[in-house]
Amino acid sequence: MRVSPWSTPVLVVAAVLITFAITAGPIIVAGANPIEAYGAFVVVPLTSQFTLLEILVTATPILLTGAAVAIAFRAGYWNIGAEGQLLLGAVMAAGIGPLVGGLPPILALPIMIAGGALGGAAWALVPALLRVRFGIDEVVTTLLLNPVALLLVNGLLHGPWRDPVTGFPESPRIAVSAEFPSLIDRSRLHLGFLLALVVIGVAWYVLSRTPAGLRLRAAGLSPHGARFAGIDVSRTLLGAALVSGAIAGIAGVSEVAGIQNRLTGGLSPGHGYTGIVVATLGTLSMPGVAMAAIFLGDLTVGASSAARSLGIPSQLGAVVQGVLLLTTIALLAVRRHRYRRPGAGDAGSVTGDVAAEGQRG
Amino acid sequence: MNFLVDLLAATLRNATPLVYGTVGETYAERSGVLNLGIEGTMYVGAFAGFATAFATGSPLLGLLAAVVVGIGAGTVMALMTVTFGANQHVSGIGLTIGLIGLSEFANRLIFAGGELQRIEPMPIVNPFRGVGEIGSIFDQYALTWVAFLLVVPAAWWVLQRSSFGLEIRAVGENPEAADAAGVNVARTRYVALMIGGALMALGGAFITLALLGSFTLDIIAGRGWVCVALVIFGRWRIGRGVIGALLFSLVFSLQFRLRILPGFGELPFELLLALPYLVVIGALALSGRNVAYPGAYLKPYRRG
Repeated sequence: MRVSPWSTPVLVVAAVLITFAITAGPIIVAGANPIEAYGAFVVVPLTSQFTLLEILVTATPILLTGAAVAIAFRAGYWNIGAEGQLLLGAVMAAGIGPLVGGLPPILALPIMIAGGALGGAAWALVPALLRVRFGIDEVVTTLLLNPVALLLVNGLLHGPWRDPVTGFPESPRIAVSAEFPSLIDRSRLHLGFLLALVVIGVAWYVLSRTPAGLRLRAAGLSPHGARFAGIDVSRTLLGAALVSGAIAGIAGVSEVAGIQNRLTGGLSPGHGYTGIVVATLGTLSMPGVAMAAIFLGDLTVGASSAARSLGIPSQLGAVVQGVLLLTTIALLAVRRHRYRRPGAGDAGSVTGDVAAEGQRG
Repeated sequence: MNFLVDLLAATLRNATPLVYGTVGETYAERSGVLNLGIEGTMYVGAFAGFATAFATGSPLLGLLAAVVVGIGAGTVMALMTVTFGANQHVSGIGLTIGLIGLSEFANRLIFAGGELQRIEPMPIVNPFRGVGEIGSIFDQYALTWVAFLLVVPAAWWVLQRSSFGLEIRAVGENPEAADAAGVNVARTRYVALMIGGALMALGGAFITLALLGSFTLDIIAGRGWVCVALVIFGRWRIGRGVIGALLFSLVFSLQFRLRILPGFGELPFELLLALPYLVVIGALALSGRNVAYPGAYLKPYRRG
């Protein structure tokens, strides 16, 4: 079987290779050998049990935000607000966590997870309503709610939740029964990873095997066509936006209950934005999201160990993420222009770019 | 009285980076490109300006470096959205992630995470010195004077009165018609994004070269997103955007001063700081379908 040079897997691998070629520049400036550096980023973390588990720990929040972003993007809803929705989930977890000490984990955990999902969905609600009721572009409204969520977190941490004894801006510790148990003894890998896999599995099933998933994909590919086929596009978008927000909220719960056991100012170093990288690199499919999140987890763990062994600042990880996002969408867009007639379809959307594969010829 | 003078002076000072950023973003959006790379462009401008001024001892060379990296960032954004026709908001987020990463990478490499390095902040210029107490409202950095007296009027004149500004507005409003009229759509968007990038980076450099005299992590702290909000608040008009920047800066400077007064420390000032975002979202909701987005907003242009 001949593999087209423009098929999705080839294109994603090409994006990774082009990214590595571009980021070789900063590595050389840092005085390291790029080949050796990429070995340290990608291969070295795979060689010990400790770093393998760290990859999964690092991948956990971005599996969830990646799935959240991918679901919204598939519906043609541009949720740039996963970061804020994650923070709201974390706020809910930090608020509920200390109160459920009297309950067994079998009750405490679902209550907290549901609370976080509700918080994330609530944060996604206003932009979604503005979009479906008034046609107001959601890019800016979802984006602008991210700094508002951060201000809310800071307000809580410097106000009512400030530690009364030490004065540290940290919320009270959550109850022991609300902590996510670790999956493997003496490791940091926690229930959140399992939760993320379940979310990805369910999302994959719903998207590819159910009428609701079909409606969602149809709305994303062609809102007019979907409307013509009798699909309530507004309701579909609203549903996708709320589910997306809820999943991002669960990512926040997972970071609070699995890692920090309380809310702190440094809870998310931009997991919501990384979710956009994960979703795009995974070309908005759930298996793709899973692979992309683990790949980025691998890179992140590798970047922090390479900082020690090779003297390359670990911030290179962020550079790679940014360049990777740009090269992936550039290649997807170029493919669309090769295979589609100008002006056809929803030009400029990642959904359209990913779908362009099925329409060539 | 003293409090008021101090407050107004701080308002002008803190508004300066927002003015550069808002004018820059207005140029990008009026040409039809939402540039969410603004947060990263301001960041890299702040870092490149500081690092250059630190290395050469010349703040002017620092400003020049900021302009150069700003034009570079605008060019990458143009390459993505104009040449490749890629999705605008995802391109912008990618640019921001990459540029913040690159700045922090270079910061780590050059300054090795050692103690905070400082430069002499740029001088304060005040032609009204000696006009009594009120005159000290105008104790401002040269870049603030340049922003309000030079950049804003010039940017307004170019956009609204010059033929080049007409071309920017035309390719942002209706690229097909502009193309038919002989305007080079791609080149116009490239230039608009480059001008915008240079202004954004200058706004970032103002923070390191004048306001602080040093570079710290998270130095932009969402000011780029504030500018995105201000452009919409100003309905894509430069004058109204600048008024928005002054209002935001007034609220910001006020809460900063109230915070240290006895009895005010416990108020939820974060709510005040969230106001500009909430006001913009509220304004969008109220104006409903009547928001006058540039016609070609978010749409790449291809010749049919």
